[in-house]
Formats: sequence, C-alpha cells, structure tokens
Amino acid sequence: MKIKQLSVFLENKPGALSAPCRLLARADINIQTCSLADTREFGILRLVVEDTEKARRLLQRNGFAVKVTDVIALEVADEPGGLAAILDALEGTGINIEYAYSFSGRTKGHALLLFRFSDPNAALQVLKERNINTVGSEELSRRLKG
Amino acid sequence: MNMSKNREIPPMHPASAVDFLPPAQLRDVQFTRLKDMVQRAFDHVTLFRKRMDEQKLKPSDLRTLDDIVKLPFTVKTDLRDTYPFGLCASPMSEIVRFHASSGTTGKPIVVAYTQEDLNDWTRAVLRSLAACGVHNGDIVQVAYGYGLFTGGLGLHYGAEALGASVIPISGGNTDRQIMVMKDFGVTVVCCTPSYFLHLIDRAGEMGINMKELPLRIGVFGAEPWTEDMRERIEAGSDIKAYDIYGLSEIVGPGVANECTHQAGPHIFEDLFYPEIIDPKTLEPLPDGTEGELVLTTLCKRAMPMIRYRTRDITALEPTRCACGRTLRRIKRIGRRSDDMLIIRGVNLFPSQIEAALLKVEGTLPHYQIIVDRQKDLDTLEVQVEVTADAFSDTVSAMEQMKKRLAHSIEGITGLRPAVKLVAPRTLQRSEGKAKRVIDKRIM
Repeated sequence: MKIKQLSVFLENKPGALSAPCRLLARADINIQTCSLADTREFGILRLVVEDTEKARRLLQRNGFAVKVTDVIALEVADEPGGLAAILDALEGTGINIEYAYSFSGRTKGHALLLFRFSDPNAALQVLKERNINTVGSEELSRRLKG
Repeated sequence: MNMSKNREIPPMHPASAVDFLPPAQLRDVQFTRLKDMVQRAFDHVTLFRKRMDEQKLKPSDLRTLDDIVKLPFTVKTDLRDTYPFGLCASPMSEIVRFHASSGTTGKPIVVAYTQEDLNDWTRAVLRSLAACGVHNGDIVQVAYGYGLFTGGLGLHYGAEALGASVIPISGGNTDRQIMVMKDFGVTVVCCTPSYFLHLIDRAGEMGINMKELPLRIGVFGAEPWTEDMRERIEAGSDIKAYDIYGLSEIVGPGVANECTHQAGPHIFEDLFYPEIIDPKTLEPLPDGTEGELVLTTLCKRAMPMIRYRTRDITALEPTRCACGRTLRRIKRIGRRSDDMLIIRGVNLFPSQIEAALLKVEGTLPHYQIIVDRQKDLDTLEVQVEVTADAFSDTVSAMEQMKKRLAHSIEGITGLRPAVKLVAPRTLQRSEGKAKRVIDKRIM
C-alpha cells in the first residue's frame, strides 16, 4: 500500500519553514510526520498529512511549489537487525532507497518507517513476496490516533 | 456561453487595405509625408533646426525618400535633455494627451499627441489587431497598465475602434484577471508575455485550464521575447501568441504587429519609416542585415521623431510575407544594443539566458540575472524560480537540474554562472514587466 507524501520547496532562510506549517495549522490539517532535507541554499520539506489533496491545493494556492510522491510505510521490528532485514529483501533488485524517515512513537514492538523508493511499485512487489507488512493511509491514521 | 475556441478567420477589415499598397505607391506616400513632417520639425523644433543648420541642411535637400539618411539622428537623451516639452512642434492648444515612460534614472521622458496623432495611433493599433485576426465580437482584456504608460490606453482605443468589446482591467491583481477572463469569456488578451506566463501558472493553481477557455489570441509586447517563449505560451494555453512592437517615443504599441503568419511584426510603414543602421558606424545597412532599428514618424504632429535610434537590434526581412502585405517585417526583437551586459569581458544579452533556461525542460522563464563584482572579478548569478513542474522531492534531482541549467547557460554564453533556485513568485516584477537584470557593480 502506497501513501501520498507532499514535498514543498523552501528557500534556506529564517522563517521559510514556518510559512507552510502555519498555513496547514490554520486549515486544521495535522502533520502526521515530516522530514526536512536541506542544502546550503534550499530545502525540501516532506510531509505526510491526512488530507493530502486539500493540503496540496492550499499550499499551491498560496504560491508554493508542491509535489505529490508515492512513499511506502513499513513496520520495522524494534530490535537489532530490524532495518537490515528489510534492506536484505531489496538486495540485488536494483531498487534504490532515495530517502527514508520515521514516525515518532512505536506500537507493539514495531517502529514505523517511510521509504521513498526509486520504483515504488517494484518495491511493493518485492516486499509482498517477502511478507513484509506495509501500512496504508487509513491504517496509519488509526494507529496515529489510537 | 460557448466555451470552446473559435478558430474562424474573419474577413479583412477595411482599415487594413493600406497594408497592401503597391510598393511604389507606398514610397510616394512615405516621401510626401516625410517632406511635410521634416518641414514642420524644422519650423517648430529648436533642437532639430539647430542640428540641420550645423550640417547645412534644409528640408528642401530631401529630393528622394532615400535622402532620409542625410538627416540627423534623435536619441533618447534628447528627450531627457529637453524635458518635458522641448521637442514639441505643436502649441499646447493643439496637444490633447501626454504619456511618459519611466526612466531608469531621474526624469521620465514625455511624449505628446494632438487629436490627429491619437487618431493615427488608434488606427495603427486597429490595424495591428486586425492583422492577427481580432474582429468585432471579440472580447478583449487589456491587461497592460493604464496611465502614463502607452500600453493600456494604446490598445484600448485601437480595440474599441475595431468594434471589439474592451475590458479595461489594466495591470496587476492576477486572480481577478483570471476570474474576468473566465467569467466574461474573454477571447483576446493584451499584456506582456512574461505576465501571461504568470497568468497561465496562476490559473493552473486556481484549478482553471486556460486551454479550455474561449481565449484564442494573445497580443504580447512591451518587452523582448523569444520564439521559445511563444511555443511555451501556445502550448500552455492553446492560443495564438502575436508580437506587437512599439515604443512611446514613436507613438506607443502599434508601430508594428504580426499577421496570422507569425513571421515577424509588419511595420506600418505609411506611418513609421524604418531603417537599419550599424550602431557603431551609424551607416545604413541593407535589408536582411542585422543592426539597430531607426524609426521616423511620418505623420506625428505634436512630437515628430526623426531618425530615432530605438536601440533595438533586428533586421528588415528581405522577403515578402505570405499574407501579401507590402509592409516590411522586422525580425522579432530578442535584444537591444543597450541592455547588453559585459561580464568578464564577455557580451551577454538577457535573452541568451532566457534561451538557455528554456532549453532545460520544465523551467519557465521567471528568472533574474544578478551581476556583481567581488575582488575585482565580475560574478554572474542567475536566480530561477522553481515551478511545480520542475520541482522534485529529491535533493539529487534538484541539484542535477541546477547543474543542467548552469551547463546550458555556459554553453550559450560562455560564462559559468552560479544558479540559485528560489521559491515561486519571489523575483521582482514591476508593472507586469519582468525585471531581468540587477547590476550591482560600481563601475
């Protein structure tokens, strides 16, 4: 199951991050998780929110460059070798992990990680074959609320 | 309301008949008008008379049309030096309108019109619009600024005279422009090409697809633009984009305009006489050779302009246009002899940067060139606004795009720039005209 992620272009300067966050706050859109990639001059804010489409429209209407990308949320066993097991599954498939970040908190001895794969569909196939659980957006919302 | 685009070509407007005068007859008209105008300037404009006297020239020395090359040039600083009314040939009782263009430094330059001048100008704009297929029944949104700038009122009166339904919305307030365009079923828009690109972007953000609107013609001018930009505009909005050329010193918009063949603007030669000169030697150049465009008004009463150096670099097309007009065409103007930057000894025109940016897929040309000098060395920075299309969620893809942009610029200009990606709509725009160059060097 794929999850929609929003990416927002930010200039690397004080206050750049607060503008989109304030917008979302005012529209009562909760950020489920986020990560910030930065270079010397610009940054990319990546967000997972409940209503992706609403957030995208809001940000775009306010002049932000926004992109929607498919990412995959995976349960990773919260124990030594948990992440390595997933990486092993992808070994030799040619699928690249562009980046990954995590949700805060854990449930039932699992951590929840988000992966941006070079080829999300191929990655899903491989994960399914290896019986690695993916978490869809509805399930995600339930867990984050529960 | 029918929301699809109407592609019918209207019958020729009677005012366009002059566009097809046989060449010999056109030259007769030009020569007769030139003699009258030179006499009037000689009688009433001190500066012109002084220059003629210095060269021991009299209006009667004009024996053929080609003798025009004997006449002294007029340059922009002449208008500034005689600010505000020094070049007027008519008394105030006959002047009915002023326009002014914002100077980059100090005082603006002022231009004046008699009622007859306004009538001629209106007719030139009418012929401009008719040439690219605008007719009565069209709903025309004039998004050039109204006021001292000639763009708004110039297009306004021409479109009205044509019998079109005019929306004098003026510049700015982009969201309202798009709302009106959609709700009124606008079929023709007049603005700067960079502003129209901005309108396409903004409409997209508002969930409006320009391709689905009745809009079918754009009349774009007031800044140089490229053939690449035309393709972008037409692909993004499914309209035909036409180049209108003009400058306040001569009359305003409507000095030249493209016909439906989109093969370069036809100069309304019965009103404005064109020459091409070498900007260094000032010698006249033959048709087909690139040089600086020099224009002489043939009918202007309030402020005749004789051999005015436009600083625009172009060539007169040596061949007749397929439309059959006998009016000569200028090559589309991509650069001026005076917006040239010299960076580390290399000549650079902003249009080269534009061409380079457009080569890299997915980049709309909202950009700014920042030239500075650090430790006696010129620096070139090109700031490019990131658009939703060009934006990627991975840092490596963005870095690669920066590299491609820099590489493309270096390939065209020979200069290695620092490319900086900036957020959408952060670059300065003034009155719809994109501000392309910031030169911070203290020379």
